[in-house]
Amino acid sequence: MSADAPLQLESRRRIVFGESDISDFDDDKDLPTESMPLMMGPSHPAMHGTVRIALEVEGEKIKTADIQIGYLHRCFEKEAEYATWTQIFPYTDRLNYVSPMLNNVGYAIAVEKLLDIEDKIPERAQYIRVIVGEISRITDHLTCLAAGAMELGAFTVFFYLIKAREWLWELLEEVSGARLTHSYVRIGGVVADLPAGWPPKLLDILAKTRTALSDADKLLTRNKIFRDRMDGVGIIAKADVAGWGLTGPVARSTGVAYDVRKDHPYLVYDRLDFEVPVGSTGDNFDRYACRLAEIFQSMRILEQALAKIPEGPFIVDDQRVALPKKRDTYNTIESMIAHFKLIMDGLHVPPGEIYSFTEGGNGELGFYIVSNGEGRPWKCRVRPPCFANLAVLTKVLPGLFIADVVPTFGMINMIGGECDR
Amino acid sequence: MAKIVLDRLNERFTAGEILETGSQHGNEWARVAPAAWRQVAEFLRDDPALQLNMFVDLTCVDRMPREPRFDVVLHLYSIDNKYRVRLLAGVSEKQAVIDTLVPVWPGANWFEREAFDMYGVRFEGHPDLRRILMYPEFQGYPLRKDYPKEKRQPLLRRLPGSV
Repeated sequence: MSADAPLQLESRRRIVFGESDISDFDDDKDLPTESMPLMMGPSHPAMHGTVRIALEVEGEKIKTADIQIGYLHRCFEKEAEYATWTQIFPYTDRLNYVSPMLNNVGYAIAVEKLLDIEDKIPERAQYIRVIVGEISRITDHLTCLAAGAMELGAFTVFFYLIKAREWLWELLEEVSGARLTHSYVRIGGVVADLPAGWPPKLLDILAKTRTALSDADKLLTRNKIFRDRMDGVGIIAKADVAGWGLTGPVARSTGVAYDVRKDHPYLVYDRLDFEVPVGSTGDNFDRYACRLAEIFQSMRILEQALAKIPEGPFIVDDQRVALPKKRDTYNTIESMIAHFKLIMDGLHVPPGEIYSFTEGGNGELGFYIVSNGEGRPWKCRVRPPCFANLAVLTKVLPGLFIADVVPTFGMINMIGGECDR
Repeated sequence: MAKIVLDRLNERFTAGEILETGSQHGNEWARVAPAAWRQVAEFLRDDPALQLNMFVDLTCVDRMPREPRFDVVLHLYSIDNKYRVRLLAGVSEKQAVIDTLVPVWPGANWFEREAFDMYGVRFEGHPDLRRILMYPEFQGYPLRKDYPKEKRQPLLRRLPGSV
């Protein structure tokens, strides 16, 4: 499959299998039913991430849906107020835990803006951040597609895609030392350079991932069972995007081409060529197709970034911000003191407030940080994209059938760690 | 970057409604009198020159010991114009109430519930002001600066004498 074939969302949609029309379904002729409460979750096979949807149903039809979140609340903001600026990185790993690098990068950029060292970040570090971030975006989308397919019975697809995700996580493990909780990014750059011989491995795995995606695409896009439950189900109107604060693939599936990487380029995204796939109807299928197409765009970004990445330092050379080299720490008194101060006090961020935003796996990942000049943030707020994206389901679900909750919820890609923080 | 937003606000509203404006690290912000909160929000959403119609984020900041103690913080975005703005409104601890923005942006619903849950700021006219992240039995507001980090509130308590 060529790289831009998945961009043709419309051509995908044109694959039809005869009529599966339920418009002759007449509510008036239905048997009278009483409304009944039905709890989906918190432990339900399709409610990945632990969430409860309290439904009020009449027969199979949903009357109201009350989505109850918070089961994974881990006090991110409270903990962050007591941690040094660097100690917050491990917490950000656990926000959207299927794309931890993107959270790392988003937080680092916010603090760098407060420190006014944004334009001093070495170019190599910026490219590394783009590379690890885009790998994370691919793993995020792969998780969503794989889990979504599995919940509709396509178990084979799940294995194909999760296998690809594992390859990519192994690559990130090689970079950072941890499979999932990377904590790889630091304020001022990244903690270590890419390992020797790593870029060819990435290209190799991208080729294998393409094959896996092509297999999954064939198994799903031309699959009547899958399409019947995706097409025209869970439609989100384009007009709802602004009012509900929808971003990411959920907003783009409705036709709003808002992508932070394009509209407000950060790092080196303005030097890389990629497109923003958008849908037309905003149904589950569009969200599936958008995510699939975005994976191919991320691969394009990765290939360009690998070709363009310059040699050079991977972290800023400023002892107020970044730890000095180990060699200096042990041999010079200044570096020793700098090391000690950074570890014990943490770096000092001048007083100020910042709202910094990047494109996370699920949309606009914002960090609203208030500093009062101490070694710890006064407030470190995360604007979680899937919090807003999930809220819109309270409007979308009523009127659908119980079985439609599964694909609709799946394609929102609610990640508990990020939604509940 | 979006100075025009602040200019429009100062043009349209009196000094009693827009208390202060400023710009820092490329973020434009305006401090709004709590009484004008909803009016300013509606103006920003509907003004054809700005079209700040996208609700981005709503949260609170506890600025203890400053008075008024809390700031309600709203971030808005315009998809068409790419403007952004931050609005802040101070509310005191004793009178921790501000108008809801749910009629202006339905997406504000969960964000206001979270602000209420974490800081105890009430949103007047909110259709469903329940806790959202904490459980209903939870006492107090965990993100307030005077809520101890180590405080525990187990949902199930051991009876005295039980093991």
